Amino acid sequence: MPERVNYWGIPHEWGPPELYVYTIMFLAGFIMLFRFYKQASLWWKVGRPEPRWDKLHIRFWKFIQYAIVQTKVLNERYPGVMHVTIAWAYFIFFLGTALATIHDHFFEFLFGNALFAYKFVLDIFTVVFLVGAGMAIYRRYAQKPKRLTLDPGFTRSLVMVTVIVIGGLLTESFRLAVDQPAWAWSSPAGWIVAQLWIAIGASDTSLINWHLGIWTFHLLTVAGTIITLPVGTLLHGLTGPLNMFFAKLDRPTGELAPIPLTAAGDQVFASKLSDLTWKQLLDGDACTECGRCQDACPAYAAGTPLNPKELILSIRDALRADAAAVIGGNGDTPDSPTLVGDKIKEEVLWSCTTCGACVDVCPVLIEHVDTIVDMRRYLVMEGAIDAELQGALANLGRYGNSFGKSDRMRARWAKGVDPKIKDAGREPVDYLWFVGDYASYSPTLTEITQQTADVFQKADLDFGILYKGENHAGNDVRRVGEEGLFEMLVEKNLKALSRSDFKTIVTTDPHSYNALKHEYASNGNGEWHVLHYSQLLDQLIASGQIKFSKKLGYKVTYHDPCYLGRYNGIYDAPRRVIEATGCEIVEMPRNRDKGLCCGAGGGRIWMEEGEVTERPSESRIHEAVALNGVDIFVVACPKDITMYADAVKTTGQEENIVVKDLIELVHEAM
Amino acid sequence: MNNDIYVVIEHLRGQVADISYIMLAAARDLAQVTGGEVVGVLLGQDVKALADNLAADKVLYGEDAALAEFTSDAYQLALAGLISENEPRAVFFGSTTIGTDVAGVLSARLDLPLVSSCLKIADGVIVSQICGGKIMAESGLADTTTFITVIPGGYKPEEGQGGPPEVTPVSVTVADLKVALKKYIEPEVADVDITKEDVLIAIGRGIQTEDNIELAEELGELLGGAVCASRPIVDQGWLPTARMVGKSGQIVKPKLYLALGISGAPEHAEGMVEAENIIAINIDPGAPIFDVAKYGAEVDLFDLIDPLIEALEEAR
Amino acid sequence: MTHILVTAKLVPDLVEELEIAESGTALDMTWLRLIINEFDDHAIEQAIILKERSGCEVTVIAPDQEGMDDVLFTAAAKGADRIIKLVGDFEEGVNNHALARTLAASTKEIGPDLILTGVQGNDDFDGSVGPYLAEYLGMTYVGYVAGVTLEGDKAIVHKEYPGGLIAELEVTLPAVLGIQAAEQPPRYVAVSKVRQMMKEASIDEVDVLDLDPSGGLEISSMYLPEAAERAEMLDGDEEEIAARLVEIFKEIGVV
Repeated sequence: MPERVNYWGIPHEWGPPELYVYTIMFLAGFIMLFRFYKQASLWWKVGRPEPRWDKLHIRFWKFIQYAIVQTKVLNERYPGVMHVTIAWAYFIFFLGTALATIHDHFFEFLFGNALFAYKFVLDIFTVVFLVGAGMAIYRRYAQKPKRLTLDPGFTRSLVMVTVIVIGGLLTESFRLAVDQPAWAWSSPAGWIVAQLWIAIGASDTSLINWHLGIWTFHLLTVAGTIITLPVGTLLHGLTGPLNMFFAKLDRPTGELAPIPLTAAGDQVFASKLSDLTWKQLLDGDACTECGRCQDACPAYAAGTPLNPKELILSIRDALRADAAAVIGGNGDTPDSPTLVGDKIKEEVLWSCTTCGACVDVCPVLIEHVDTIVDMRRYLVMEGAIDAELQGALANLGRYGNSFGKSDRMRARWAKGVDPKIKDAGREPVDYLWFVGDYASYSPTLTEITQQTADVFQKADLDFGILYKGENHAGNDVRRVGEEGLFEMLVEKNLKALSRSDFKTIVTTDPHSYNALKHEYASNGNGEWHVLHYSQLLDQLIASGQIKFSKKLGYKVTYHDPCYLGRYNGIYDAPRRVIEATGCEIVEMPRNRDKGLCCGAGGGRIWMEEGEVTERPSESRIHEAVALNGVDIFVVACPKDITMYADAVKTTGQEENIVVKDLIELVHEAM
Repeated sequence: MNNDIYVVIEHLRGQVADISYIMLAAARDLAQVTGGEVVGVLLGQDVKALADNLAADKVLYGEDAALAEFTSDAYQLALAGLISENEPRAVFFGSTTIGTDVAGVLSARLDLPLVSSCLKIADGVIVSQICGGKIMAESGLADTTTFITVIPGGYKPEEGQGGPPEVTPVSVTVADLKVALKKYIEPEVADVDITKEDVLIAIGRGIQTEDNIELAEELGELLGGAVCASRPIVDQGWLPTARMVGKSGQIVKPKLYLALGISGAPEHAEGMVEAENIIAINIDPGAPIFDVAKYGAEVDLFDLIDPLIEALEEAR
Repeated sequence: MTHILVTAKLVPDLVEELEIAESGTALDMTWLRLIINEFDDHAIEQAIILKERSGCEVTVIAPDQEGMDDVLFTAAAKGADRIIKLVGDFEEGVNNHALARTLAASTKEIGPDLILTGVQGNDDFDGSVGPYLAEYLGMTYVGYVAGVTLEGDKAIVHKEYPGGLIAELEVTLPAVLGIQAAEQPPRYVAVSKVRQMMKEASIDEVDVLDLDPSGGLEISSMYLPEAAERAEMLDGDEEEIAARLVEIFKEIGVV
C-alpha cells in the first residue's frame, strides 16, 4: 500500500533532515513573529485604546466570511478570482504541510486512498495557483489598471509566492520521474512535468541531484518569504484578517461615534498619530493597496485632492516614519510630528462626501469615513474651514437651517396647502413628517414638497409637521465634524419631538432619515420608528391607500441616494413605487450599493467646490443619458433635485433628460 | 440760537461729493420750515472755488493748512468753534465715512443731539431709514442745535446745485492734532472702471458661491456691461475692491443697474441710488432694494438667470 | 502690554420680519431676534488678531441683552482674556448716547490703551457708539477702519474714504476706532468650544444704575417703508419675468 514518504531523496549524512528543516522553519517563524510584533506593537504604543474585543462569535464569523471565504474580494470578478485562487491555494498548501507534519509525528494516516486524495487536492491547487498567478502577472504587467500600486515590492511578493509553488511542483516532478509509481496519476500536475524529465532521458542520479537542489531552494525561499513577510507587501496576509476580526460592531455604518475622551475626560481631536486609535493605525497597515476605494470614490473621480487609498496609506507611512519620535516624546510634545495639515492635507479631508463607497468596497474592512470625520472634527475646532461652510454652520447654529432664513419661514411652503397641515406639536398624529431643510426652504423644491403633502392627504394619511419646531437633523453637520453643533441641533429636535404625539417619523431627506434612525437613538431617546417617504409610499401602495388612476409608461432610471441605499440598504422600496406608477426602470451601470454619490453629502453642499475635472453629478447624468430610451432621472432625495437639475444644465442635456422626484411620478399617476 | 441750517460741505481731492448737494437740498426743505438760511460750511485749503456750484444762501469758508486733507480731529476742532459761536438750528453732515466721524464726536463734545440716516425732510420732520432700510423712523428738531446725518436716496444731487453763493471767510482754530494723515493708498487699478459702465450687473450675498459669479458675468457679457458687487462679496475676496459699490466703494450711475440677490442696505444703496434704472431680483419680498428699484421680481435669481440668458440670446 | 477693550452690542436680526410696537414709535421686541452687531464682531476679530500679532490683553464689554452671554463666551473662545457684562435695564433697548455713557463709566476703571467698536449698528438712530465713547473718555476717534497696526503709543490705521480710497492715519493712543472690517473675516468657533468656555470662563458683571439717553432724539413715529414707493413688481413664472425684463432692457436701450 502506498504511503507518504518523508524527505524522499534527502541525504541523511548531515543528520536527520527534520532537524535542520525544523530549525530553519522555527528560526524563520521566530524572526517573522518578532518583526511582526515590532510592527504591530506600534498600534497600541502609538494609538489610543479602543475596545474591540466584544461579540467574539461575530468577529470569528467575520474572519471566516472575509478572510477565509473572501466574499468582499470576490465582489469584483477578475481581481477576485485572481486573489482567491492564490490565497486559497496557499491555505491548502499550509493545510497540506500541517497534515504532513501530523502524519510524520503524531498520527499516520496518509496512505492508500487518503494519500491519493491528499496528493490530488494539493496538485490541483498548484494548478489553481498557477492560474491565479498568471492572472496576477497579466493584470500587473499588461492590464496595469490605474488604481493599482505598481511598486517593486508587489513584484517581489508575486515572484516569491510563485517561485515557492513552482519549486514544490518541480520537486514532486523529479521524485515522480525517478519513482514512476503506479499511483502517479494522483499528482496529475507533477506527473505531467515528470513526463518532461522522462522524455529528455534524464538519469536517476541527475534527477535526484536536481531534486536535492530544488528542494533546498524551495525550503530556503519558504523561509525567506516567512522572514520578510512583516516588512513586505505580504504583510496584508496577517493584518488584513486582523482588521476584519476587529471591524466595528458596536454601531451601524450610518452612525458615527461621538468625540472620544481621554482617561481624564478631555475630548480628543485627531491631528496627530497618537490621536488615532490602534485600530485606525491597523487600518493603515491592513491596506492591500488594491485601489478599489479609489475606483469607487466620487471625489477622486471628480479630480479633487482626495484619494481614499492614499489617505489610508498616509497613515501607514506616517506610522512607519514617526512612530519612534512619537513614542520617544510620549506623543504629546508640541513638536511631535503632525498628521493633519502635514501628511494629510486639509483639502483632502474636505473633499470627502462621506458617501461610504470606499468603506463598502474595501476587502479588508477599512473604516475610511470615520477617520476622515475624526480629522475634520479637529479642523473644525481649529476654525480651519472655508468661508462658505462657516456661513452655513453659523446659519445652522443661529436659525437651525443652512439657508440662513428665519425659522418662522420653515413652513412657508405649506401656506397654500388645503386643508392646513396639522401641527404635530399641538395635536396627535400617526405620522410626523420631518420635512428637512432643502424641501422646506429651497424655492425650487416648494412644488415638490407641496405635492408630497397632496399625496399624503389624498392617501388619507394622519400626518403633521413640526412647523418652526423642526431644525436641521444634523446628519451632515456631524459629518462635517461640527459635533457640538450637531448635539445642539439634536437637543432642539428632541425637544420638539418629545412634545409631539406620533407613531412614526417619515422623512423626505435620506440624510435626516439616517440621523433620526441611527444617531438620535444613541442620544438617549430610545428607538423610533423612522421611515423614508419612499418606504411609506411603498406601504401605502401595497395597502391600497394610494390608488393610481393611470399607468405613466415612462422609461426611467433611478438614482440611489447614498444615505438611503448604501447606508441603510433601502433599494427596493423606491423601485417598487416607481414600477407601481407604471414606469419601466432601466438601471444605470452603477446602481444599488454601487450607486455613485451626487457629490453633495458630508456637508460638501455647503463648501466651496474647488477644482474639479468632472462633478460626480455630471458623470452620473452622462451615465443616465447613455441608457437607451431613458428620459427621466428619478431621485428620492431633495438635495438630488438641486444637484442633478444643475448637472443636467451644465452638461447641456436639457433636451435629453429631466430630473424628477419620486413623488412627482406618484402624484402624476394618482 | 438762530434759524439757519448749516451744511458741512464734503469734498475729497478737489471735488464736491454728491452727498453735499443732496444735503443742501434737504437743508432747503428744512430751512423753509424754520425760516432761516441754508449755509454751506466749506473747510479746507485753496478750495474756495468749490463753493461756486452750491445751492446755498451763503457759504462760510474756513481755511487752514491742517484742513487740506480730511482728518476727523481737525474738522472737529474747526467746526466745534463755528457751531457753538453761531448756534444754527441744525447742522447737516454726510452719513459718510467722513461725516459720521465728525458729527458723532461733536454731538458728545457740544452736548447737542444727533439723528442719523436721514433720507429726507418732510414738512420739517426728519425721516430716517434704519435697520438696513427696513424701518422708517421720524423725529422732529430738538430745542437745541440738532445734528443730522444724511444718506442719499431722498434727493437728487441736481436739486442742491446752483449758486454761486456769497462766500464769507471765517477764522478757524485747529491745534493739538492726534491724527495725522501719513498717505493715501489708492484703490487697486481696476481692470474695469465700473463708474463708467452703462450697464452693471450687481451681485450680493444671494449669489452664494464664488463659482456662481460666472453666471453674472455671462449676463454682463450679453448686456454689454460689467459685474459689480456689494461689500460681502468683496470681503470674501471674490471680486476686487474696485468693483465694490456703496459707502466705502464706488458711486455708480449706470443706465441699468441689475441687482441680483442684493438686499439693498443703505450702505450699498448709497452707491447706486442715482442709477437711471434699477431692477432688483430678490427672493425676499421685504428686501429694501425694492424700495429704490424701478422694477423688481421676487424670484430665486438662480431660477431666473437661465431663462433670462436664453431670452437675451434670442433677442440679439 | 497694550490693553484693548472691545465694546459689543446686539442689534435686530434683519433676517426676521420686523414689526412695529403698538406705541408706533419703537420696534416690537416680542418677535425680535437679536444678533451680534456684525461690525462689533469684526472689532472683536481685529482685537484677537492684534493679540495674536503683538500680545495684547483683550477685554470685551457689552450690555446685558438676551443672548449676550453666548456672544461673550464666543469672544472668550476666540481668545478674549476678560468678558464683562453691564447689567441694567437694557431689555427695551437704549440709545447709543446712553450706552456710550455707561460704557465710558466702566471703561475708566479698566483703563484701556485702545478701544475697538463696530463703526455702526443697523439700528443706530442717534449716531454710533464709538464717537460718543471717545468723547466721554477724552480719546481720539477714527471710524470706518479696516486694518490696525500697533506701534508703541501709536496706532497705524487704514481708514476707508469714499470711492475705494484708503487713508493711512497715525493715531496717538489712547483712541477709539470704529471698525468697518477686520483684516480677516471673523473666525468660526466650534459650538463645543463655546460650551467649554461656558464651563471654564466667567462673565464679570457690572451694575449700571441709570441710563442717560440725552443726545438722542425722540422718535415720533416708526413704520415700515410704504408700498407706494416700491418697485413695480414683475409677476409670472421665470420665463415670463425673463421676457418682460428683456422688453425693459430694450426700452432702456441697453439691448
